[in-house]
Amino acid sequence: MKIPSKIYTALIFIFLYAPIAVMILFSFNSTNSTGLFAGFSLKWYSVLLGNKNIMKALTNTLVLAIASAGISTVVGTAAAVGLDKWKKSWLRSSVMGVTNIPMMNPDIVTGISMMLLFVFMGQIVGRKEILGFQTILIAHITFCLPYVILSVLPKLRQTDVHLAEAAQDLGCTPVRAFFKVVMPAIMPGILTGMLMAFTLSLDDFIISYFTTGPGFQTLPIAIFSMTKKRVKPDMYALSSLIFVVILILLVLTNVAQARGESKRNKKN
Amino acid sequence: MNNKRGSKLITSPYLLWSLLFIIAPMFFVVYYSFTTETGAFTLEHIASLGKYAAIFARSIWFGVLATLICLLISFPVAYFIANSGSNVQRTLVALVMLPMWMNFLIRTYSWMSILQDTGIINTFLGKIGIGPFRLINTPGAVILGMVYNFLPFMILPLYSVMAKLDKSVIEAAQDLGGSKVTVLRKVIIPLSMPGIASGLTMVFVPSVSTFYISQKLGGGSFDLIGDVIERQFQQAYNYNLGAAISLVLMVLILLSMAFLNRFTSDEEGMVI
Repeated sequence: MKIPSKIYTALIFIFLYAPIAVMILFSFNSTNSTGLFAGFSLKWYSVLLGNKNIMKALTNTLVLAIASAGISTVVGTAAAVGLDKWKKSWLRSSVMGVTNIPMMNPDIVTGISMMLLFVFMGQIVGRKEILGFQTILIAHITFCLPYVILSVLPKLRQTDVHLAEAAQDLGCTPVRAFFKVVMPAIMPGILTGMLMAFTLSLDDFIISYFTTGPGFQTLPIAIFSMTKKRVKPDMYALSSLIFVVILILLVLTNVAQARGESKRNKKN
Repeated sequence: MNNKRGSKLITSPYLLWSLLFIIAPMFFVVYYSFTTETGAFTLEHIASLGKYAAIFARSIWFGVLATLICLLISFPVAYFIANSGSNVQRTLVALVMLPMWMNFLIRTYSWMSILQDTGIINTFLGKIGIGPFRLINTPGAVILGMVYNFLPFMILPLYSVMAKLDKSVIEAAQDLGGSKVTVLRKVIIPLSMPGIASGLTMVFVPSVSTFYISQKLGGGSFDLIGDVIERQFQQAYNYNLGAAISLVLMVLILLSMAFLNRFTSDEEGMVI
């Protein structure tokens, strides 16, 4: 890179990280202002740890993300494996078209469309307070599924179909051939899909906002209700902690990838 | 699973799921748009949409501006990242993705601290004797919020097509006497088209339908269509009108997407 390009790229990264830097700075503020820095203190971190509401929302968010990533990975992988065998036809392309809907639709439309469905169903079964864990879980699985399917399908296309056939000729049952031969080959796709599902669910606010009820608050929802009033620096403390956790995870995966790459280079 | 029935069988849970939770909800948007609260057919909601025309126009205008700004900013960044060494590349891509995992509400709120009349920028400008300027609660602040929040959605798809660009094609164009501008216009941009198309959709769709950014950075005086929809569902409880507005928004976005999709032909053509 030449010097001007370096400066330009640096400026863009400063832009991307400016609000995050502000957030980290004010998480150490000694007063409850998020605009004026008065002095260094750790008190908002202890306030945060004592906030039962937020801690509950944090566990809710994690439970939801694990459940929706798990279910959407299983259902989505099965769907991809099946769809891969389908011949090109109008049926296949319409299924793929439907799969694209949650990714193409604005989140707000996905959210309200599901809310309408749930509310309608609630009226039929005579339960007004239908919105809660079950509905938000359904919503999260629904918007995660396309990402799983679209990460697994390309891997399946790269896999040699004859391998699974060979395994069956050598006496494997179709199911066993899948788990022994196909699954290891498409594992990177499955993992990518699962990771995407997990992070999407963790971070989703808009769809959750319309599909959950007062009984089940996730972290983004809790943050939203707090930003309606004045935000206190404990929210910033929480976000700074999340930032550090993600940063560590990213550094670790990066180092692992770099190591893998240099190993491969040595082999060649 | 080399038989047809097996492949249908393992796809069936997903087919059922998408029927119930993708197609049925779409049906309910249409159903609510054309019915009254008691379930009788009506065109009243659709007919009343005229008074939201100005808000629709503003949303589209802000969305288009934010998307174009994102494209202009991202193109060089993505190109620089794609042309650096593999370790630098990996690190920079990770740094682009990192803010996406931070809650967007908090990041938007944090912009308020920066832009406020007594915020960081104005305090700084005051110290060197200029300002204060009115930064927050302006259309510019709303567009800034959109650009900021959705910038990674433009950089990443651009980067992934550019990283796969065959360098020898660019060199060939240069050897044949193409100037920098010609190479950019005739080679790099056309080859990056799939990335540009998916970046444009990935920024435009959330920008045009956002509701939080406009409330926080626009101070409520620059309502977008997302704000109107949100209010129908969370405050006014007029689901039918909300559904009608969403239906129009959805059709609008599908049309613009159909237009953009002409640039990506493959059914899995999205670059994520």
